[in-house]
Amino acid sequence: MEDAINIHVELHDGSRVTLEAPTDMGLSVMEVMKANELDLAAICGGMAICATCHVEVLQSSELPEPNDDEAYMLETLPHATQTSRLSCQLKITPELDGLVVRLMPEA
Amino acid sequence: MDKITTDICIVGAGPVGLFAVFEAGLLKMRCHVVDALPTVGGQLAEIYPKKPIYDIPGFPEILAGDLVTNLMKQIEPFHPTFTLGERVEQLQKQEDGSFRVVTSDGTEINCKAVVIAGGLGSFEPRKPAIEQLEDFEGKGVAYMVKDPEKFRSKRVVLAGGGDSALDWAIFLSGVAEELTLVHRGTSFRGVPESAEKVVSMAEEGHIKLLLKSNVTEVHGNGKLNAVTVMVDNETPYTIEADYFIPLFGLVPKLGPIEDWGLELDKGAIKVNTLDYSTNIEGVYAIGDINTYPGKLKLILCGFHEAALMAQSAFNIINPGKKYVLKYTTVNGIQELQ
Repeated sequence: MEDAINIHVELHDGSRVTLEAPTDMGLSVMEVMKANELDLAAICGGMAICATCHVEVLQSSELPEPNDDEAYMLETLPHATQTSRLSCQLKITPELDGLVVRLMPEA
Repeated sequence: MDKITTDICIVGAGPVGLFAVFEAGLLKMRCHVVDALPTVGGQLAEIYPKKPIYDIPGFPEILAGDLVTNLMKQIEPFHPTFTLGERVEQLQKQEDGSFRVVTSDGTEINCKAVVIAGGLGSFEPRKPAIEQLEDFEGKGVAYMVKDPEKFRSKRVVLAGGGDSALDWAIFLSGVAEELTLVHRGTSFRGVPESAEKVVSMAEEGHIKLLLKSNVTEVHGNGKLNAVTVMVDNETPYTIEADYFIPLFGLVPKLGPIEDWGLELDKGAIKVNTLDYSTNIEGVYAIGDINTYPGKLKLILCGFHEAALMAQSAFNIINPGKKYVLKYTTVNGIQELQ
């Protein structure tokens, strides 16, 4: 597909899947994972209020900094790591090609 | 403790729950609405009242808060009643097929049909994954501070880095014998004044502040007496504690609805798209809380679901009566007395 990138997701069982993500639809990483029926709740739908789309970034080029809402939520989470992100706040752009994230357990 | 008798008990006062009152009202069914939040509007009122919504048919742009106001006006002729600030706990099916819904404060709603329009669910404390943590709930582990006096002259360990962790650390330091705040990060992003205060109180020795730290274990014998803390991935050590209060914010959960025997899929209630009925006859689920093939979590889809639900509930509430679709343009709105 033109205008698409690949992202890789490590699932709860440790296996990895590769997802093709169009860059021209304004999607987030969370939305791409949901569209591929991965096992994540993403309850709030992208408002950075539930953190049920929490991922750890294992490999990426430089990512945009979290905005205040996301940063605050990440700081509140009990199991966040240095590279934790809310996948609903990561927009699919060409720069994200090759991104590797790990689904985090739901608290 | 109130006892209420109505036709339909609607769980959730968000936009879809409110519009369900309208659709039910057109069919002369009375509704009682329950919500855990103290105000109507659900997410629209609680999370984004000032955000414009662009996909409500007929409104090029409407503020979420204004949509709630309009819905309340729209359902006025049907005189719905409300129980706000109470969470639904139990659903009991009676012998005659009717239901009794009981809230956290003991309010009882007797009704012929139940419509769950619970949206994201109710907001519950986020619990850290610590083994045996739940065994100590109510025995030294708490997720909120209801009565600060309980902690007077006790050794209290708080965990978390958000505003509530900061505020309670400041407050409880004046009450507790010893207050320890355990925070995963190296700084606080909360209200700067609170963060500065906590740091200065730590410097003065009023708060024991452990940064880059996590509580990893809880200990006790029937009652909590210590927690293990790991600082910056070094050797963990144990501190004595009468209370451990993890404050990691709130996460929307289905809550007690989860135990009602409804078929669930990833935290959402499975429904039949014919009428948005659940696997329990007489119980419907509409809006963001339900799931079915092709589900879209949109307010407008929830409105549609409310209309179809009402047709089906009509048959339960008026057995034997045939309903014929009537248009508001033909019949107007007939007030329910």
